[in-house]
Amino acid sequence: MSDLMQATRRGVLDGMHGGSAVARLTPAAPASRISLRAPAASVEALSGALAVALPVKPKTSASANGRHALWIGPDEWLIIDESGADLVAEAGKSGALHSAADVSHRNTAVIVSGPKADVAINAGCPQDLSLAIFPVGACSRTLVGKAEVVLYRTAADTFRVEVWRSFAAYVFGLIAEGAEDAAL
Amino acid sequence: MLLIYCPYCEEERNELEFRNGGDAHIARPTNIADITDEEFEEYFFIRQNPKGLIYERWRHVHGCGKFFNAARDTVSDRFYLSYKAGEPKPDPATFLNNGNESALNKDKGASK
Ligand SMILES: [Zn+2]
Repeated sequence: MSDLMQATRRGVLDGMHGGSAVARLTPAAPASRISLRAPAASVEALSGALAVALPVKPKTSASANGRHALWIGPDEWLIIDESGADLVAEAGKSGALHSAADVSHRNTAVIVSGPKADVAINAGCPQDLSLAIFPVGACSRTLVGKAEVVLYRTAADTFRVEVWRSFAAYVFGLIAEGAEDAAL
Repeated sequence: MLLIYCPYCEEERNELEFRNGGDAHIARPTNIADITDEEFEEYFFIRQNPKGLIYERWRHVHGCGKFFNAARDTVSDRFYLSYKAGEPKPDPATFLNNGNESALNKDKGASK
């Protein structure tokens, strides 16, 4: 009889660390996420069902109880929940027209923090990340190098960089290089 | 580096976030199954490729994802203005040669 083999899920960024004295990179904890598409008429019902007010202003987000709703486009949001909730089911209870695709495993995230976190990200990202233009709570889909990411500023010196799993090592490495350059 | 104003994000973003979508305001024939090959060719392939002012579709593909239209100068690469998809073609007299540069506050990045 052969021994029972058990596969263990391993996050693509598990154990990775990097950065410098001015910008530190750490993998974010696993989270559930949905890519939510809906017309304006559904926003109120979905906000109620998800217990977080979907933002309708460009580049803004809303948070409640460890759940974050990020404006991506006029009819698109990225919802992130750190407690592992079933977001598709919750959105479904709204009864309003929408599309919710579970992207929990498509995305992972890098937390970039430190006094020059913005400089480290700007090594590969063309957006203006000054606090006046990209304040705390601001979010945006954009690019880091060749990879598409969603940036979310959670504190003056901290960004959550949501990235597709297959691009995660590349984005982590590029921002880590930027963090080292930022310390020079 | 070219900055392009996205009418949905309501701010200028780097050209890297955008993708060109060809000529704007090309109406798809409503009787598409009935038209001749020549008429289809005219609708589908034939473009003016003007030197100077052009109206184009652009997509903020690495941003909000939306298509919009923009008036651009093909020689200087200057973006005169951007407007949402579905909005009427703006009259060039309202943004060309009016000597009022400040009225074009949305395209200030085009010369960079
Ligand atoms: Zn946009």
